[in-house]
Amino acid sequence: MTNTLHRYGSAESFSDDIIVFAITSKGKNDEDCVPKLKKFLAMAIPFSPVNMGDGAHGGAIRASAKLNPTSHWRREHEPNFQKVVDDLDKPTTAAVVFDKRQNAVAFVKAVKEADLGLCVNISTSIEGAESILEECGITRHSVNYSCGFQNRTEKLPSTQVLALTTMCGHGMIAQTLARKMIDYVKEGRRTPEEAAKYLSRFCPCGVYNPARAQRIIEDARKHIE
Amino acid sequence: MTINPDKCVACGNCTYVCPVGAIYVDPVTNRSTIHRDECVECYSCFNGLSKEHLNPTIVRAIRSFFKLFRLRFDPEPDVCPTNAFEPDPLSWPRSIRRAFSDPTVPHESTGVKGRGTEEVKTNDVTGRCGLGEVNFTIEFGRPGVGVRFWEVEKMTQALAAAQVPFEKKNPVTALMLLPGGDLATGKLPPEVLNEKVLSCIVEIKVPLERAEEIIQLVRRVEKGLPTVISLGAGTRCESDGEERRLIEILRRNGYNPQRAKTNAGLGRISNAEALAAQQETVGACQ
Repeated sequence: MTNTLHRYGSAESFSDDIIVFAITSKGKNDEDCVPKLKKFLAMAIPFSPVNMGDGAHGGAIRASAKLNPTSHWRREHEPNFQKVVDDLDKPTTAAVVFDKRQNAVAFVKAVKEADLGLCVNISTSIEGAESILEECGITRHSVNYSCGFQNRTEKLPSTQVLALTTMCGHGMIAQTLARKMIDYVKEGRRTPEEAAKYLSRFCPCGVYNPARAQRIIEDARKHIE
Repeated sequence: MTINPDKCVACGNCTYVCPVGAIYVDPVTNRSTIHRDECVECYSCFNGLSKEHLNPTIVRAIRSFFKLFRLRFDPEPDVCPTNAFEPDPLSWPRSIRRAFSDPTVPHESTGVKGRGTEEVKTNDVTGRCGLGEVNFTIEFGRPGVGVRFWEVEKMTQALAAAQVPFEKKNPVTALMLLPGGDLATGKLPPEVLNEKVLSCIVEIKVPLERAEEIIQLVRRVEKGLPTVISLGAGTRCESDGEERRLIEILRRNGYNPQRAKTNAGLGRISNAEALAAQQETVGACQ
């Protein structure tokens, strides 16, 4: 799974996109890991994440199987973090998304202190992760660089659509939906915040960053590249 | 995946949410339809669209009435108003599409969801990529382009010919181990070659000295492929947390990495069996 690695953007554009996730390896540290993964997620809530999720049940902003017509006027857009914690019931990847560096730093410090024994990774700009770990007194163990996209790149959409869609590395956010959301906002039919939440619901593991999406959509409305 | 024509009201919402653009409203039947050969069975439509359970007849009547006055609904863009999507049973080899494309389904070969790989994310407990080694992830089809396995096979065969070992715990490697496949030559079972998936990852590990050769090999082979490739390169950091050698090679070859996944090294082997094995190894060394 490289679902947070190949996000499109410059290092600077990842300043509001920091993902801290925990994972276990089968046969190494997955025994009795569910309470630890739940604790990892629960510990994050006080640090104001913008999304979180697990690979088995989804994110804090999910699709609903039972909407009724009133939802067109009274749609619930707020993330439900506690549901993510409650739903986690088997070994999986638990991810937390932050849009503010100081919150990510505080969370990583707390995770280090808790000493859960889970494999903890940070996905953001190279320097961003380095500086967060340094501030937490942690020495990097391994690093996986994204070399970006190559070969038939003419098949890829515009940079802003690409920045929106690649925030779900599993590719569940369609280019056409991202384009449509930008158009909806340009036409004044939806706010950037609403548009970001629509996109977030298609990410099945909660790593989509609605705050960054909102910023990108806002920039697209004003035609800022 | 199928769309129940008795339920579909042709609102068109689903045509936007398909990552590979395989859904369209058929002008003859006036129902949303899935282009079966292009569909990668990612279930994004089924899992991502919220569902209402409105009466299709009433919705169609309202839509037809509105249409007379050139009016349109402004529905929530992420909703299927009549819950028209219905998963259909998938048999081999089509079932491979979902295994690789729907991240909520674990790969049977590795037990890992998503693309089925751990790369260096668990390197602190597995030690799968040591100092002076590079773990390459060559991902095909992402974002939103898709890939057929005949394209992947071109790469696996070229890598096998270059005597590059494939990562064992990887779903593409598992395909080579099936009847009709061959790990030594990088051959995939013939029946999967035309199957299309949203993306998949070939994962290899080589000494740092071969990193440049691999980069050039990938660039040479990809030229004949009609898809997009995302290259990832992972390695173990030095004891001081620095990593200078791989990044230098990448830059020398024209890459300018902006983003990375960084393993903090907080993982600890805790399974009883793995701990015992570790202690045995330490004892033997002493």
